[in-house]
Amino acid sequence: MVQSIVLTGLAIGCIYALIAITYNVMFSASRVFSFTAGTLGMIGGVLGSLFIARMGMPVAAGLLLALAGGALLGIVTEIVAVRPVLKSLDQHLYVLSTLALALMVQQFTAIEWGTDAQPFPRLFDVARGGFDQLFWLPMLACAVVTIGLELLYRHTLVGHAFLAIAEDSFAARALGLPERTLRMASFALAGAIGALAGFAGGEMLLAFFANAPMLTFYGFVPVALGGMGNNRGAVVAGLLLGLFQQTANFLVGGIFASVAVFTVFIIVLLARPEGLAGASLPRRV
Amino acid sequence: MDMQATQLGRGRADATGSSSMFSAALPFLALLVAGLAFPLFGGGYWGVIATRACVYWVLVSGLNLVVGFGGQIAIGWVALLTLGAYTTSVLVAGNATPEVPPYLALAIAAVVGAVFGLIVGLPALRLRTFYFAITTLGFATIVTQVALAWQSVTGGGVGVAGPVFPAPFDSQWGFYYFCFALAAICTWMTANIAASRFGRALTAIRDAEVAAEACGIAKPSLLGMVFLFSGAVAGVAGGLFASLQSYITPDAFTIDLSILFFIAILIGGRGSILGPLLGTILLTVLPEFAAPLVAWSTFLYAVLLLVIVLAIPGGIAEILDFKNRRPLESGRAIVPRPDLLGPLLGTAPDAGALTLEQVALSFGGVQAIDGLDLEIRAGQVHGLIGPNGSGKTTTLNVISGYYAPKRGAIRLNGAAMHEHARHRRAEMRIARTFQTPRIVGSASVLENVMIGGTIDGKGTFVESLLSLPRHRRDEARLRDTAMLALAAVGLERLAAVRADRLQHSELRFTEIARALMLRPAFLLLDEPAAGLSAEEIERLGELIAAIARAGTGVLVVEHHPDLIFDICHHVTVLNLGKILAAGTPAEIRAHREVVNAYLGA
Repeated sequence: MVQSIVLTGLAIGCIYALIAITYNVMFSASRVFSFTAGTLGMIGGVLGSLFIARMGMPVAAGLLLALAGGALLGIVTEIVAVRPVLKSLDQHLYVLSTLALALMVQQFTAIEWGTDAQPFPRLFDVARGGFDQLFWLPMLACAVVTIGLELLYRHTLVGHAFLAIAEDSFAARALGLPERTLRMASFALAGAIGALAGFAGGEMLLAFFANAPMLTFYGFVPVALGGMGNNRGAVVAGLLLGLFQQTANFLVGGIFASVAVFTVFIIVLLARPEGLAGASLPRRV
Repeated sequence: MDMQATQLGRGRADATGSSSMFSAALPFLALLVAGLAFPLFGGGYWGVIATRACVYWVLVSGLNLVVGFGGQIAIGWVALLTLGAYTTSVLVAGNATPEVPPYLALAIAAVVGAVFGLIVGLPALRLRTFYFAITTLGFATIVTQVALAWQSVTGGGVGVAGPVFPAPFDSQWGFYYFCFALAAICTWMTANIAASRFGRALTAIRDAEVAAEACGIAKPSLLGMVFLFSGAVAGVAGGLFASLQSYITPDAFTIDLSILFFIAILIGGRGSILGPLLGTILLTVLPEFAAPLVAWSTFLYAVLLLVIVLAIPGGIAEILDFKNRRPLESGRAIVPRPDLLGPLLGTAPDAGALTLEQVALSFGGVQAIDGLDLEIRAGQVHGLIGPNGSGKTTTLNVISGYYAPKRGAIRLNGAAMHEHARHRRAEMRIARTFQTPRIVGSASVLENVMIGGTIDGKGTFVESLLSLPRHRRDEARLRDTAMLALAAVGLERLAAVRADRLQHSELRFTEIARALMLRPAFLLLDEPAAGLSAEEIERLGELIAAIARAGTGVLVVEHHPDLIFDICHHVTVLNLGKILAAGTPAEIRAHREVVNAYLGA
């Protein structure tokens, strides 16, 4: 029992962490939190199921296409919902524009794909075992993304450019960096990461349109608790969230587990609005 | 003199007030007549739609104060509708308690709604926009899940019967009139709030939060009251909704409904009552005309939301705002009338002095102010000059409570001022302006100035809600004083104009008028002459000198040496957070180091 709680908790925690990283990558490039983060996760699952189970494509092709779909949605987010409102960031219009886009994608999926949760194919045709692909796929995806991003940010020129934009986009533009292209690249990257989260966690979450708001909320909890833009904090907080949720699930049942998560989230945020590892607010006057 | 000036204020205010008030009320009267006469024309199913529009508006009217006026992005407000619906239904059905009469149940739903409105809303005081939006969304999800799981009380997925109100409200039209009456009352109450100091304070929090604090507006108590009210009407709407549906299950309360409420406000336009009212009617009726598209309704709402945000952020209200599309006269001059300052500021008792003793403050490794002594005396102008980054604005921010000094003390007449509680500065009659004017662009110039007098209102939120005499007296007095303040700074002809149509220099004088509403004992001006023409600077100088003559102690942070040397009694020169020199203008002008470092030869 304990083993099952820990494995499920860590696996689902990895999915939350990946969505949190999706939020962070978009935030670093634009100072905008996007409601489409969870939608990207949902789309990853739906596209994976569509390409592999329904259309019979090989797993590798299905994965690539699902990631490409996520990247495309990321770019669309940037063009439609983020770029037009960037110049008036202080009015927080991005909250509404990204919410609108997220709802559009979610409703489109509900109508065209169906409102029932549909199965996601098993990617490797092996017998179910203790440490099943159900658990290790999300963990592997999370490890690959976290390490990949570290390498990208630390050791490549493009990664340095991303960091420069995140640090100070005005200064970066003054240096001649193509800010808009880099922002679009960031959103494409975020889209692919979000889709990967839904794809790797497909067997656990299924291909279900309502995963979008669920992931949007649970994926944001690690962002808020780990400190915005902080990927390591997000992974730690994501894993803790997964474990806490599964434990509460086991102890008090599903419904009250969500109440418990919500309550803890609110209390922690009220006590430390900048997150457990975040910095304080900028100067206002 | 006093009488004459007050009458000047009142006459002008009435001239702009009564006629525009009538034209503003006209659409509401038309809707009232249409609503009352509706049963004569519409039949059967349209009665249900009309009742539904009324029920939605009861909720949206309250949410409008939170979203449209307060600017708080509360997306998951459907949760309060759910709570109200279940509270009423369960109490009337007697699932958990003895059976409760419907009206009492509705009242209890209002109380439950108010309490939860406060609980859901309060995180807004601590959290930034997106965080708050997410928490309201999370709350909405959880309420539905609890309704589903708590089977013994809510009936779970099977649901529970909605309440039936006794005669004469048990028939279709009877119930319609019941809902219509409540909707009309909600319209009236929220319109009262919108036109009160509370409504203006909400828009100030939305668009110019820092200025709101400087005017003494306490965000926690104001938002608290608004969340209580908004929650209460949402709870009532829930009870009506349950009765209209006659049977409720958790499925009835989807997030789509929440989005509908939210979009109704945005379509209508922020800071308007009429706009969101029309938006609610529109969104309730629209799906009935698009029956084949009913599956796509949420999708279309989302498209609509995106289009509004990107294309017409002002909503219907801005489209209907014909008055502010007339061109303003060009080449207008600001001609202050310092003679009106006497009646405006009155004869305040000598306020003594505001002193800074050895104040020090650092940001990280940067020593912003390092052992600063300063004394601002009543009736005198004190100039604070120095190069960029020398700590001038920081000094101002320390006095108005934005930063707590690391060391040293700030004293008002010898008594130490508490470092925090920025909004308490207004009670001490310390007013200020900002380096970049902080104004509510969508409000009129007059309303912006009236914001400055918020703390002088005597009536409570409830009195304003019901438009009781004390509220009306407050409003009349604030309006007169604000007209007088506008006349004193030379802007009374622009009183009715939307503030975002003003020129930069006019905004600076508007800020001064707003600060004068406090009848300040001390006035802090942060670069008031920046961006002004030479002529305007001269008039500004005369105005500041007159304000000081009326007994106010003025601190001016400035870069224009001429202005400083013309009007100041005392000048302090800062460099790198330290005092480089202090003395009379003549002494400073002769100070070798100051001339070398700052003024130039």
